[in-house]
Amino acid sequence: MSSVIKQFLYVNRKAPYGTVYALESLEVVLIGAAFEQDVRLMFMDDGVFQITKGQETTDIGMKNFSPTFGALGDYDVKYMYVCKQSLEERGLTVDDLMDLKWEDEDDDWAEKDSIILVDRAEIKSLMTDADVVLSF
Amino acid sequence: MGLMVEGKELETDEEGYLLDLNDWTREAGAELAKTENLEMTDSHWEVIDFLREYYDEYQIAPAVRVLTKAIGKKLGKEKGNSKYLYELFPYGPAKQACKVAGLPKPTGCI
Repeated sequence: MSSVIKQFLYVNRKAPYGTVYALESLEVVLIGAAFEQDVRLMFMDDGVFQITKGQETTDIGMKNFSPTFGALGDYDVKYMYVCKQSLEERGLTVDDLMDLKWEDEDDDWAEKDSIILVDRAEIKSLMTDADVVLSF
Repeated sequence: MGLMVEGKELETDEEGYLLDLNDWTREAGAELAKTENLEMTDSHWEVIDFLREYYDEYQIAPAVRVLTKAIGKKLGKEKGNSKYLYELFPYGPAKQACKVAGLPKPTGCI
């Protein structure tokens, strides 16, 4: 394991199915998190659909990988930023998104929300603050 | 190359992992354990059952660090450490336990 911990920001901008970007991003997120890096996710544009509730993929013959986002808390992924404007443009609210949580070991394993709504200005500063930004 | 279970051949990859996790039964698990020279006990099966439940819920096999933490939480602190898991699965809990559980190799396990 490397002793240098970098902050990785994975920016997800595409719908979950139809292209392989979303699934590939999730795989890389899991690998980064397994190496104990500071892994954060951002969902904007059609990427917000990746974490919507009630995905059903039987008829399109692709694996519904949305449950895997629920495991990210176990991997110490604590921050999933969601672009407010992108949600609004698509007629979505935070209630349409999965209830993603992480457990705070330093706070008696209290469950905390992973999803944080952000506006465009905050997105800009999050991207500036990250050591590595990977866009999918 | 396949795995013979109760007279039926199940498809496996070149390393002996089941190709279709729906093929898995406890009997298949027992046969997979033999290919890894594992002497299965209740403690082994406890980990296998945990892995299958985790996969059902999240659609992935957890990385060792995550498995260790989750086992500790669910089955008790004395089991939530890598020493315990490596005693059960000497060649790596991820590799061996996932194989016996009929799951794909864990993501992030290089």
